[in-house]
Amino acid sequence: MRARTIASAALHRSAFAAATLIVLTLFTNAKAQAPEALGPDRARLFLTRVGFAPSEAEVSRWADLTQAQAVDKVLAQTARVAAKPAPEWVDEAIVSPRDLRAMSEEARKKERQKQIRHGLELRAWWLDEMATTQSPLTERMTLFWHNHFVSAQPKVRYTQLMYRQNVLLRSHAVGNFATMLHVVAHDPAMLIYLDTATNRRDAPNENFAREVMELFTLGEGHYSEADIKEAARAFSGWSLDLDRATFLFRPRLHDTGEKTVLGRRGAWQGDDVLNILLEQPATAEFIVRKLWLEFVSPQPDPQRVRLIAQRFRSSGYEIRTPLRELFLQPELVQRDQDNALVKSPVELAVGLIRQAGGELAHPGALALRLAGMGQNLFSPPNVRGWPGGDAWITTQSLLARKQFLETSIVRTSARTGAPDMMRALDKSVTDQGDIDPARPFARLVQALAQTPAVQIDPAAWLKAAGTFPERAVGAQGAAHLVQNLLVLPPASPVANEALGLDALRAVLLDPVYQLK
Amino acid sequence: MNAARRRFVQQASAAVAGFGFSALARAGSEERPRLLVLLELRGGNDSLNTVVPLEDGRYFDLRPRLALRDDALVSFDRSLVLHRSLAPLRDLWEKKEMAVIEGVGYPQPNLSHFRSIEIWDTASASNEVLQQGWLARAARTAAFARFAADGVVIGAADLGPLAGGARAVSLSDPERFARQARLAKDGQIVARGALAHVLRVENDVVHAATELRPDVNLKTEFPRTPFGVAIQHAAAIASTRKVPVIRVTLAGFDTHQNQANTHAQLLRQVGEGVVALRAALTEVGLWDNTLVLTYSEFGRRPRENASAGTDHGTAGAMLAFGPQVRAGRLGVQPALARLDENGNLPFGVDFRSVYSAVLDDWFGLDAERVLGRRFPALKLLRA
Repeated sequence: MRARTIASAALHRSAFAAATLIVLTLFTNAKAQAPEALGPDRARLFLTRVGFAPSEAEVSRWADLTQAQAVDKVLAQTARVAAKPAPEWVDEAIVSPRDLRAMSEEARKKERQKQIRHGLELRAWWLDEMATTQSPLTERMTLFWHNHFVSAQPKVRYTQLMYRQNVLLRSHAVGNFATMLHVVAHDPAMLIYLDTATNRRDAPNENFAREVMELFTLGEGHYSEADIKEAARAFSGWSLDLDRATFLFRPRLHDTGEKTVLGRRGAWQGDDVLNILLEQPATAEFIVRKLWLEFVSPQPDPQRVRLIAQRFRSSGYEIRTPLRELFLQPELVQRDQDNALVKSPVELAVGLIRQAGGELAHPGALALRLAGMGQNLFSPPNVRGWPGGDAWITTQSLLARKQFLETSIVRTSARTGAPDMMRALDKSVTDQGDIDPARPFARLVQALAQTPAVQIDPAAWLKAAGTFPERAVGAQGAAHLVQNLLVLPPASPVANEALGLDALRAVLLDPVYQLK
Repeated sequence: MNAARRRFVQQASAAVAGFGFSALARAGSEERPRLLVLLELRGGNDSLNTVVPLEDGRYFDLRPRLALRDDALVSFDRSLVLHRSLAPLRDLWEKKEMAVIEGVGYPQPNLSHFRSIEIWDTASASNEVLQQGWLARAARTAAFARFAADGVVIGAADLGPLAGGARAVSLSDPERFARQARLAKDGQIVARGALAHVLRVENDVVHAATELRPDVNLKTEFPRTPFGVAIQHAAAIASTRKVPVIRVTLAGFDTHQNQANTHAQLLRQVGEGVVALRAALTEVGLWDNTLVLTYSEFGRRPRENASAGTDHGTAGAMLAFGPQVRAGRLGVQPALARLDENGNLPFGVDFRSVYSAVLDDWFGLDAERVLGRRFPALKLLRA
C-alpha cells in the first residue's frame, strides 16, 4: 500500500514534470514562432536608433512588429537617392585657382560669395532631405559614411564636388563596403582632401595612404610606417582632372616598382592596395565596431563584434549583413543607462522636427545652429571626423543644444522675421576680406543667431499627450510626455502642477533628452 | 590639541594631500595664483620653418622650395632666427621673457595626428594608452582644489590635457556662455554611462557660469582674427583668477600642400596673439605669474614633398613665454644629419621633461606622481 502510494506519487510527479516540460517547450516554441511585438515604447526606441526620433503616428505603425520584422522592414525600404531636388548649381563648371587668378578683384569677390552661399545651400538641401525622408536609415548611413570617409569643404573648396561625394555615399550607404572604398578613393573631393591628387613617383605624398589604413579600413595599430610608405608609392600617379571633375591616372607619375604592403609583395597599383586592406580581418572588425557604437551601445561586445565582422567579411562586405545583426541586438531596444547613446546634433534637431511634426523653417539657419553644436555638415573638424559619443556633449555644445531646443518651442508670433541672408553674406565677405577657411560662417552665424530654424507648434504636440500649453499638465500628461520623449526617467521629475508648455520645456531641457 | 598631536594632524593632512605645503605655496598666493596658458598649434607645426636652422646647409638641400630666406626671416640678436611672421615677439625676447625649446618629442614617435596628440595630452609612452589628460591628473591634487575650475578650453571642443575627470569647461565666448548657462541645472542624481557624462557637464556649466564671469574691460587691442578673439577671451577669463590652466587652440597646421602662405599666416596669428596676451595680462597684473607654452602633436618632415608642403614628422620646437622663464635657446637643436628611416628628426628632449618642469617647478606638484614615472625636469624657469 505504502509502496504503491510512493510509486503512484512518483508516477504522478514524473507525469507532472513531463507535462511541465511539454508546456514549457510549447511556450518556448510559441515564443520562437511568434515572438512578442515591440510595442510602442520599444518601437519608438528602435526607430530612433536606426533613423530619427519618430512621430507617434509612425510609432503606431511599427508597434505590432517584432524586432526581427522591424529589421526586415527597415532594411527593405532603403532609398539610394535623395528625394529632394539637387541645388541648381551642382553641374556648374568648376572655377579653378587658375581661373580665379585671371579674374578681376570684383569678380573674385563675387565668386567667393557664391561659394559660401552654395555651401550653405548644400547643407540646407541635406537637412531638408533628412527632415522629410521616407528612408531615415539611408540618411543616417550617409551621415555615418560622411563621418568615416571624411572630406571637408574648407579644403576641398568646390561645393559641386562635396555634393557629388554626398550623392555617392548615399548610393552606397547600405550597399557594398568594398565597392564603396574603391569608389571613394577615386572620388574627386577625396582626391583633393587627402592630397592623393598630388602624389608623384619622385615625391610621394603619404596623406591618403596613411588615412586609408588608419581611419578607413584597418584602424591604428594594424600597419607599420613602412606599409604607409609603400602604399603611398602605389597611389602615386593618381590625379584629378579638375575641368571635368573626374579621376585621372597619370602613368608617368606612377611608381611601377614592387612594393610590400602588409607582407604582400608585388608591383601594386592603388586599387591592389585597397584589396589587400580588404583582405585583412581587422578591416571588418573596425567597421563593425564603429557601427555598433553608432547604433547599439557605448560598449561594443568584443565577441559579438568579431562574429558579426566574420559574417561581414564573408558576405563580401555587404553592409546589410552587419546592419541586420546589429539591429537585432537586444541592447538596441532596451531602456537602460548603460546602453544610452548621446544624440548627435543632427539627430537631436532632425529628430525634434520629425517627432513633433514640426517644420524646418530655415534649413540654412539650422545648418549654422548645428555648427554651433559642433556638427558643421560637410566640414568635419579633421580627417578623423566627429568623435561622437560622449564627446558631443561639452559645456559649450550642451548650452547650444539646450538653447536650440528652447527657442524651437517659442511661439511663432513672438518672433521677428529672418534677416536678409544675402546682406549678411555680402557683409561677411567685405568685412573680412578673405574668408577664413576654418570658419567660413563666423559672420553668418552671428547674423542668423536669432533666426528661427525650426518651428514647432507646442499646442499640437501637447494635445497628443492630452494636455494644453496653459493648463496644468497633471500626472497622466506628465507621464505621457516623459514616456514619449525620454529614454530614461528624467533627471528632474516633471511637476504635475506645471503648465503644459513649462512641462514640455522641462522635458526637452532635461539631460535625458540629449540621449537616445 | 597638544603640539605632538597638532604635528601629527599636519603631517597626516599633508600626506593625504600628497604634496606637502610647498605645493600651495608654490602655486602662488591667493590673489596672484600661477597661470599656465597652453597654445595648441593643431595639425603638426612645421618647426624647421618656425625656428630656422639657418647655419645648417642641409636645411636648404632638404627644402629647395620651402626653405626660408632673407626677407622671410627675422633674427633676434643673432642667436635666434625665426620665421618672419614671429617678428612681433622681438620685444619679449629682448626683455628675456621668451625661450625656445628645440627637439621636443618622444621615443618611437607615432605619426598619426590623433594618436600623437593623445600621447601628448595624456603624457603616455608611445605604446601605452592612458585615459586621463596629464593636467586632469594634476587637477586631482590639493593645489588645484581652491580654483573654481581646473581649466578652460577655448577654440576646440575636446578638453585635451584636461580630459578625463577635470573640472574643465570649453567655451567660445564667456559672455554668451554666462547668458546661456541659465538653461543648465545643477542635478543631484547618480547615474552611469552617457547620462553621467551629461550630468557632469551640466554641473560644470553651472559652477563655471557663476565663478568664471569676467568683470573687466581690457584696454588691450586684440588682433581681429578668430585666434585674436580667443586670446581676448582667455585674458578675460584669466582675470577672474579662478582658473589655473587655459588652453587655446589654433588649427590648420597640417600643411601637406602649398605650405608657405598658410604657415606664414598661422604663425603671424601666434606671434600677435602672444603679444596681445602679454599686454592684457600685464594690464590685470597677472603676467608676472603667467607661463605660456606652445605645443603641437609633432613637427613636420624635414624634406619637403612634391606639393610644396611637408608631411608628418616627429620632434619639434616649443615656445615658452613669461617673466619667469629661463630665456634663450633650450633643448637640442635639430640634427638634420641624423634623420631616421622615415626621414624624420630624432628627439632631444622628452616632452614629459617639459611637463615635469611645469608640474614640479611651476605648480609645485610632484611630477613623478602625476606622470607615473620620473622624467628629469627641463630647466625651464629661472632659479
